[in-house]
Amino acid sequence: MSEPKSALGGAVSEGFVTIREIGPVGMITLRAKPDAAGLAKAVKAAAGTGLPEVRRIVTEGDRACGWMSPDEYLLVLPYAAVGGALEAVGKAMAGSHHLAVDVSDARAVFRVEGAKAEQVLAKLSPVDFGALATGELRRTRAAQVAAAFWKDGDGFTVVCFRSVARYVFDLLATGAKPGSELG
Amino acid sequence: MSTRLAKGGRLIDRSAALDFTFNGKRMKGFAGDTLGAALLANDQMLVGRSFKYHRPRGIVAAGPEEPNALVNLGSGARLEPNQRVTITELFDGLEATSQNHWPSLEFDVGVVNNYAARFLPAGFYYKTFIHPRPFWKHVFEPVIRQSAGLGKAPKDRDADRYEQAYAFCDLLVVGGGIAGLQAALVAGRAGARVLLLEQAAHWGGRAPVDGDVIDGKPAGEWVDEAVAALEGMENVTLRARCMAAGVYDHGYVLADEKVADHTPGDGRPKHRLWRIRAGKILTATGAIERPLSFAGNDIPGVMLAASVRDYVVNWAVSPGDRTVVVTNNDDGYRTAIALREAGLAVPAIVDARSAPAGALVEKARALGLRIEAGRGIAKVKGGKRVTSVAICLQAGEGAVIDEIACDAVAMSGGWSPVVHLWSHCGGKLTWDRVQACFRPDPGRAPLNHDGGAMVYAAGASNGEMTAAAALADATEQAGAVLAALGMKPKRAKAPVAEAVAEGPMEAVWIMPQGASVELKSKMWLDYQNDVKVSDVQLAAREGYESVEHTKRYTTLGMATDQGKLSNINGLAVLAGALNADIPQVGTTTFRPPYVPVTLGALAGEARGEIFQPLRRTPMHDWHERNGAYFEPVGLWRRPYCFPRAGETHEQAVHREVVNTRERLGLLDASTLGKIIVKGPDAGRFLDMLYTGVMSTLPVGKCRYGLMCNEQGFLSDDGVVARIDEETWLCHTTSGGADRIHAWMEDWLQCEWWDWQVFTANVTEQYAQVAVVGPNARKVLEKLGGMDVSKEALPFMTWADGTLGGFPCRVYRISFSGELSYEIAVPASHGAAFWEALHAAGAEFGAMPYGTEALHIMRAEKGFIMIGDETDGTVIPQDLNLDWAISKKKADYLGKRGQARNFLASADRWKLVGFETLDGSVIPDGSYVVAPGVNANGQGNTQGRVTSTYYSPTLKKGIAMGLLLRGPSRMGEVVEFNTVTGGTVKARVVDPVFYDKDGEKQNV
Repeated sequence: MSEPKSALGGAVSEGFVTIREIGPVGMITLRAKPDAAGLAKAVKAAAGTGLPEVRRIVTEGDRACGWMSPDEYLLVLPYAAVGGALEAVGKAMAGSHHLAVDVSDARAVFRVEGAKAEQVLAKLSPVDFGALATGELRRTRAAQVAAAFWKDGDGFTVVCFRSVARYVFDLLATGAKPGSELG
Repeated sequence: MSTRLAKGGRLIDRSAALDFTFNGKRMKGFAGDTLGAALLANDQMLVGRSFKYHRPRGIVAAGPEEPNALVNLGSGARLEPNQRVTITELFDGLEATSQNHWPSLEFDVGVVNNYAARFLPAGFYYKTFIHPRPFWKHVFEPVIRQSAGLGKAPKDRDADRYEQAYAFCDLLVVGGGIAGLQAALVAGRAGARVLLLEQAAHWGGRAPVDGDVIDGKPAGEWVDEAVAALEGMENVTLRARCMAAGVYDHGYVLADEKVADHTPGDGRPKHRLWRIRAGKILTATGAIERPLSFAGNDIPGVMLAASVRDYVVNWAVSPGDRTVVVTNNDDGYRTAIALREAGLAVPAIVDARSAPAGALVEKARALGLRIEAGRGIAKVKGGKRVTSVAICLQAGEGAVIDEIACDAVAMSGGWSPVVHLWSHCGGKLTWDRVQACFRPDPGRAPLNHDGGAMVYAAGASNGEMTAAAALADATEQAGAVLAALGMKPKRAKAPVAEAVAEGPMEAVWIMPQGASVELKSKMWLDYQNDVKVSDVQLAAREGYESVEHTKRYTTLGMATDQGKLSNINGLAVLAGALNADIPQVGTTTFRPPYVPVTLGALAGEARGEIFQPLRRTPMHDWHERNGAYFEPVGLWRRPYCFPRAGETHEQAVHREVVNTRERLGLLDASTLGKIIVKGPDAGRFLDMLYTGVMSTLPVGKCRYGLMCNEQGFLSDDGVVARIDEETWLCHTTSGGADRIHAWMEDWLQCEWWDWQVFTANVTEQYAQVAVVGPNARKVLEKLGGMDVSKEALPFMTWADGTLGGFPCRVYRISFSGELSYEIAVPASHGAAFWEALHAAGAEFGAMPYGTEALHIMRAEKGFIMIGDETDGTVIPQDLNLDWAISKKKADYLGKRGQARNFLASADRWKLVGFETLDGSVIPDGSYVVAPGVNANGQGNTQGRVTSTYYSPTLKKGIAMGLLLRGPSRMGEVVEFNTVTGGTVKARVVDPVFYDKDGEKQNV
């Protein structure tokens, strides 16, 4: 069997910040009401974290769980661990209404790194970075497409749909061209 | 002659000389110059021609209000028309050319319009070009378009790039004059997040030019200290060269930052459009001086008084040795004093007021300047340049008392606060009788979502015209903003500007007040559009009482300056003609942008590759490498066909159809929508969404389904697979995935919120390949890994497994009528799986096929296509899809709608097949003609073609279409019209042209 390939094969662009496509990254969409039986156990088993607060993401090593909507969570984990995690969720939430699906291949993931990383995102997303809380998962748009990001280390992890990976990469690289810093 | 003075110029750096050209003529300026200042320094007063009469036009102003001095800037890929020289920063190598003249600026043929001026009165176009009607389109309009227009539209692709950015703040302060700086200081010290914008490259506005003194220091020093203090505050951001263009609801503001206008080609974005969300907005946008309406006030050399002062003080430019000042207020005296202090002559100050008094008047007297009180200008003499002015009594009719030789005229008709941003979102104005101006009415501010004021005004833009009053107002308004934001100003000593005792101004709308028609027809209100006092008065006589109507009838204020100079003067003249109060007449509507914003900034980064998101499947690169000809499907690009060397697209499509029917075709079907629906109520939910029954579908099986909207019209279709007891997978059309997912969520969240169903759009998780043709099974068996035999995987079933080592889900479904498998693999394996299929399929004749071959094959089978057979007015019954509509179900979305009598009628246009008698292809879009004509005299119709192709399989034209009571008319011959005229005869037949019994797909 072939090796899984991310949409852009790990493309990199150097500007006043660095843009890197990473992945493939494992991702599971978990839909359940916050009070669903077994939810906390399922998230712990799959992502190794507790349940995030509204609009937050909880990170634990290379795994994370983000709040996407009042009944949707995003589990982030190593690509190879998705199968096991889905099984664990199914087991923990057996009999409890939920939906867990592998969306690892439906996404493209980027790292936007550098001291002025948020300036590149501020050109694409109507986000108030001054009000962005630590551990906040921001669902927004990047220019004309849906995107989500959170601050992680010295930059941001940006997620978009796989089909528009090239568009988002080009947007980020254009916004990071030297000389176009916002301040 | 205008020239550069030997000394002075607070904004220029004389050590940095810059070369530029105007109409090809080489000129020199200094760093810090505007193009306008540099042109004047090179004695280039004449810079353009007016729009209608092609009158010579000179520089009038020193800021964005400039109506005349518009030039083409740059050339080729950097050509920008209609650039104001007064706000264009000079840079080395700048090229400018004048506009709206032919053949040359100095000698212009169009000036003949000038002599015909009495034949071109207000509303001339409306009056003249009405009849005969067809002449407008074919004769008048082309001629007018040819002679109209200022700058030329660039022909080349813009060499520069643009971008946009979002910003957020508690308080947006617009304007970096002393009022804006002070407001920002107060708010900044209180801890508010402040964004301060200034349209010019430098801070401080007018105060340093006007010689104001703040806290005992020259205003310039105070400005420098204020800017330094603000730059030291982390919560304050300052942006110069950034013009706030428009204010919109909820504190949304657009601002255009000229990042690299003055450094072209340095790789930075030329402009950056800021999209700002502000808690509160404070406009400290200053005021604009008004011209005076006297005969010949448009002759080059007649300038605004404060602008003359700007040129002298900021750029050390003399407008001429002898400048006559004409004014109705004390501020005009500042210009006379500044000119005198620069060593220039002021032959007279013509003051319309009979008894001017005040500190500035006294100072002028003390300097020995001649003051002509109670006088006005009867006429300015000169052609392309002022030569003299004739003086008269302001109270009289214009009898000449004296004639004074001069090179320039500095006029001041009072000041109008810049209320544009205040007004954009509904802020109301009040008439200030003392200063004869409209100013913001603080009791009727534009409101925010909470009912509180969204915009505040401070300083001159709030009608506080003196430095002292403006500073005090800024402190007060900033305090009011802070209070509204729930913040407190820090205790700090407010700066105080020295008060200057000024006498009252006197409103002067026509000079002299009793001027004859002849004089009034030479008094310009709108310089760019050539609207004169006489035009507005004529409009009033003809019944145009509304200022909005007068504006459009005369084109007053409709030029690129949007009436910054002409608006108040024009409506005052209108009010006079109507014998009404000015506030009764009111203003025209202030609309964004304050100054025109280039289209590049509005487009931002969206050009070239990132003009629009282009969705790519995992196999997209393979398609590109293999010469696919793409077609857009939503934002996707799907291969239409894969032409080989020497093939037309049509030939390629036909080859792909034949190969798929006879051997093996591979289709990238990844764009097909895939939505997971799961939960205890999922079956019940799908039974409501689809016209058929999905709840009874056994696990492992597939069923075709139709979705309708509430009106009953067909909306989407696709194959549904039952995954497990609680889970279904719904395929949608390629363009419908997001829409149908949103449709499902809408019903689940808003209507059936208590049903236990979750959905997930997994369209992009999978690459999907249709493996189609008699050899389809062979290639899969060769790849191996799972049983794909007829017994193990019959038609309309699915199974999970592996093929060639790839994890996959295989659906036995067919949209072509052939033996067909649709195979989904994780997207990150899609490209490899696609290539593996081609490699393994080579010996079985595998070829990729595109969407056109897909369309032809489905049409041969009589399968409908959403968007071809449907257009939002078609119900499933029209397409004879009754078999897919459950009769047993109590309800489904659309059921009630379909029961409406006109939809349930027997007289619907219904789906049939068509076969032309001569084997030709019916043209796309053709209608079936019916006898007679309708009420509009158009031929009647009784049907239309919906899909029409040449069938390479059957070797003749085939078509589907809707025909009145179609299925009952089998065998009948009907006629289709064609675009080229004439008709095509076709026989009504069954829409299934190929393999009616479905034997091929079921092997």
